[in-house]
Amino acid sequence: MSVLIDKFDVFAGGFWLTLQICVLAAIGALILGAIVAVLRISPVPPLRAVGTAYVNIFRNMPLTVVMFFAAFGLPALGSNADFLRIPGLDAIFNRLGTDLPYFRFALIALVLYTAAFVCEALRSGVNAVPPGQAEAARSLGLTFGQNLRYVVLPQSWKASIVPLGSVIIAMIKNSALVGFFGVVGDLSQTADQLTSAEGYAFVPVAIGISIGYLIMTVPLGALLDRIEKRQAVAR
Amino acid sequence: MTTGEPLIVLDSVNKWFGPLHVLDDVSLSVGRGEVVVVIGPSGSGKSTLCRTINRLEPINSGTITFDGQPLPAEGKALAKLRSEVGMVFQSFNLFAHKTILENVTLGPVKVRKEKPAVARERAMALLDRVGIANQADKFPAQLSGGQQQRAAIARALAMQPKAMLFDEPTSALDPEMVGEVLDVMTSLASDGMTMVVVTHEMGFARHAANRVIFMADGQLVEDAPPAEFFANPRSERAKDFLSKILTH
Repeated sequence: MSVLIDKFDVFAGGFWLTLQICVLAAIGALILGAIVAVLRISPVPPLRAVGTAYVNIFRNMPLTVVMFFAAFGLPALGSNADFLRIPGLDAIFNRLGTDLPYFRFALIALVLYTAAFVCEALRSGVNAVPPGQAEAARSLGLTFGQNLRYVVLPQSWKASIVPLGSVIIAMIKNSALVGFFGVVGDLSQTADQLTSAEGYAFVPVAIGISIGYLIMTVPLGALLDRIEKRQAVAR
Repeated sequence: MTTGEPLIVLDSVNKWFGPLHVLDDVSLSVGRGEVVVVIGPSGSGKSTLCRTINRLEPINSGTITFDGQPLPAEGKALAKLRSEVGMVFQSFNLFAHKTILENVTLGPVKVRKEKPAVARERAMALLDRVGIANQADKFPAQLSGGQQQRAAIARALAMQPKAMLFDEPTSALDPEMVGEVLDVMTSLASDGMTMVVVTHEMGFARHAANRVIFMADGQLVEDAPPAEFFANPRSERAKDFLSKILTH
């Protein structure tokens, strides 16, 4: 077990990189997922079709395949995803700005994939609002956007937050894949590095990285439980 | 009472829910200031009829005209038309996360872009008129059913509508609260508001309506002044319906 102490800095570095990609991917997926959700519930059929197609593609494709497309498809199209080198943001998340594009590719794949699930979590919250609320808003003359903004969304987030949390927890665990698509130094790739290259026994290393993931996911789960309990009391 | 062009005109309106023909070639016109009460057995299409007038239910064929204009398709024009037609629902549908006052001011402020202070003043006057000004800062769930429905009427009136649609406004209420809602509706009727009221309240139909429409199986079966309809229903369906509800 001495690897946990001897290589603490390696674990800590892996934890930090995984946390970075998860924070960025969660923000990206929440924004993109919200946009797709609005498309899916919009009254305009072509927009609804776009939203539905998005969810059908990305929810039903394995994340590994999405990662392959990002890691091999984007370079084939001549893109290094340089649009993600956002000034300021790349000072905090320095992998965004590096010349090696794999962090950005993995981030794109994780965002695209997770956004489909975020969309469905948000939509389940919208569906939990009684239809009479939106009908009353429409009959007052509120437009689709006003209806969402003033009537439906303020009531839907309560029902969305628990499924959304589950989606984000799943995303944190899914981020373990990025190490196999060229992102050097995240938590899961750390295991590969320590066992294959440096010859440490697998089990202690696996325990180390498990602790790393649990530090991220367990508090998030506990927070969700608390929110859920508070809602149960309010009901 | 009825002056000039009719306000609401339905011409050969048909609507299907799947194989179910809920509105079967319905034609109807409602004059300005007229109070039309729609009655009929459940499943006869009367609620659907009411909801087609502000296009909460789209129709399959026929035309609906409001104030000389055919109902527009979904979009800004439809939103504007809906803002001119008040709607009161069986289940109140007050916005659960907003206070009673906020419920009443939301439309005027967001749809009509009125100044909040102006909207608030009119809202308080309306809440006073329906007798619940002292409940203005409460949330819908804290009010009784009758109070909620009166708040919903105030919310619809705040848009200063040209007509009011009532879709079974008292059907979800405890019996002792029916009267307070009907009182508000009766006073609206006597103020000259154009109203289409789907209801089972025969007392209201008798004393407040100008016309009674009887519907069955999606068809408009009878259209007569209330005194005539209740004394001498012409169709067997109406006789049968009235015998069932008036014997208790």
